[in-house]
Amino acid sequence: MMKKAYLLLSLGLLATPPLAALDFSGNVAAEAQWFPRTAQFAGQFDDNLTLAFQPKLRQHWNERRDEITLELFLRADHRDDQRQHADIRELKWLHVSGDNEWRVGIDSVFWGVTESQHLVDVINQTDRLEGFDGEDKLGQPMLHFTTIQDWGVFHVFVMPGFREAEFRSPDARLRLPLPVDTSLTRYESSDGDEHIDVALRYTHFIGDLELGLSLFDGTNREPLLTPGLNGQGQPVLIPLYEQMTQFGLDMQVIVENWLWKLEFIHRDVNSEAFNALTAGFEYTFYGIFDTAVDLGTLVEYSHDDRKLNPGVFDNDVFAGMRFAFNDVQSSELLAGIIVDTDKQSQTVRVEASRRLGDSWKLTGEIQAFSNVDVADPLFAFSRDDFLLLELAYYF
Amino acid sequence: MPRTLLLILLALTPLTLVAQTPEEKGLDIARAADAYDAGFVDFTANMVMTLTNRKGETSTRQIRIRTLEVPGDGDKSMSIFDEPADVKGTAMLTYSHGLEPDDQWLYLPAIKRVKRISSRNKSGPFMGSEFAFEDIGSQEVEKYSYKWLRDEACGEWQCHVLERTPAYEFSGYTRQIVWLDTQAYRMLKVEFYDRKNELLKVLEASGYQQYLDHYWRPGVMQMDNKQNGKATTLEWTDYQFKTGLSDRDFNPQSLKRLR
Repeated sequence: MMKKAYLLLSLGLLATPPLAALDFSGNVAAEAQWFPRTAQFAGQFDDNLTLAFQPKLRQHWNERRDEITLELFLRADHRDDQRQHADIRELKWLHVSGDNEWRVGIDSVFWGVTESQHLVDVINQTDRLEGFDGEDKLGQPMLHFTTIQDWGVFHVFVMPGFREAEFRSPDARLRLPLPVDTSLTRYESSDGDEHIDVALRYTHFIGDLELGLSLFDGTNREPLLTPGLNGQGQPVLIPLYEQMTQFGLDMQVIVENWLWKLEFIHRDVNSEAFNALTAGFEYTFYGIFDTAVDLGTLVEYSHDDRKLNPGVFDNDVFAGMRFAFNDVQSSELLAGIIVDTDKQSQTVRVEASRRLGDSWKLTGEIQAFSNVDVADPLFAFSRDDFLLLELAYYF
Repeated sequence: MPRTLLLILLALTPLTLVAQTPEEKGLDIARAADAYDAGFVDFTANMVMTLTNRKGETSTRQIRIRTLEVPGDGDKSMSIFDEPADVKGTAMLTYSHGLEPDDQWLYLPAIKRVKRISSRNKSGPFMGSEFAFEDIGSQEVEKYSYKWLRDEACGEWQCHVLERTPAYEFSGYTRQIVWLDTQAYRMLKVEFYDRKNELLKVLEASGYQQYLDHYWRPGVMQMDNKQNGKATTLEWTDYQFKTGLSDRDFNPQSLKRLR
């Protein structure tokens, strides 16, 4: 017995070193942004040039059963000092043992199936200083257990520590109607930003059906912003983070060239309980006009029955086209429009990207707002149409 | 002497009934090739893909491949992209299913999203190359109908030459002509004919090596597009068989930890 244990131990020690080579990758990106319309608020700038750096380090051992990853994000912005920021996107240890995976540290996860918004996806705080699509996220401290079984994949998340949302400075474009004073942030829980959140998620696929169920109990990542006065008596927005319980369902079915998608949530917070959904489809035309180009057409409808703190997607239709050129440069073009069916506000977005050589990538983005109603949460951005160009070097 | 002729004809009749049609012979060869390669269990390999355009400019991709044999169904396979750097960490998982559409998932590392994708159309290019998805997918016997054309010398070997017609919907080809060597069914050459039945591409495989004293795999696969002048070369290295991969390494969840 002892001998066996000793053998196992020495085998374990032998298995650890030598380490595989440290894997270093990432990108550096220069971003230029122009706002052609005159600003809504005094002092807002009309253009900006910024730099971002996203390095990634990986080290695995024990035949890839153990791995440590570090991913940082840094942005230098000389105009908006709030957007000059750094974040640990990932700093985690992954351990795989049989059908189980353990992840300890700071990490990001993605839940859901739809494209226009991500209702069920509530683990990470959105990085509101970065992209406008809500797909950039702040790293979240967590203990994440996963078990992979024949009956599906089951996840348990325990999250100590909360990441507060960050907002743009008053002289930046795409900012809220009043400055957000995060020094006045309040929490419903007496534990403040140290409340321990928990979440469960189950995913499975049966043939062409993908299913996800999730339950989250903890601090709502979306703050309630209420007008108030700061220490100097100036009007500001004060964030309040409530406790929430959210049930989420996400589904996708493939029927020939159609992908049918649904996300539904029921969220219960102190201020109100509500339901929200996004449902729609993606239909792909392959090899259009006898070329290699694939055209995906997307339509999604979103509804949100919140009364107190209505979201942007309260009763909105998103329609979009995605061209995948399938060429050597992986060229892509995505064009979409979101129309509020009550208030008629429209948001148009065009995004195109293309690889240059082997290591460079050029991305262009156009965002335009039109007919934005004063009552729409988008109203503060209504004069912030922009053109963005990003040139990134990948290594 | 009509009676003698009749007797000769009668004597020959059973033989002509027993003799195979070219279609039966083609199917038998395809089945034998499939049976020869069965039992590999799993393999991993590295692939360097070089794309060459008409002007001779090249662009490369590096991909790691892991394949698990699934008895009675198509294989499960994972492709992990290492280069170009902007797609590093992107991975694709495919469960092949013969004539039924494959199950396919794509992992996008930038947003850590696993996306189930439609795999119905396989005629599109893989990574901007001259290989279509259907050219690199698992080759089950039932994916084609066959016709034996002839046997002929092919380099140092003797080859069976077969014509095969895709039996699945949405193929980009009307037919393919395949050269398989008669000893170990190594696929040495394939001609692809487009939907207008014109020669589109020619694939040639070389540098075959034997693994586990049985399974043959090519070192180089060269695809020349005869219509647009472009070419794609696949160089295969580090083949390893029976590496201990299992079903759980081919679960969509495992895409999130593939490096």
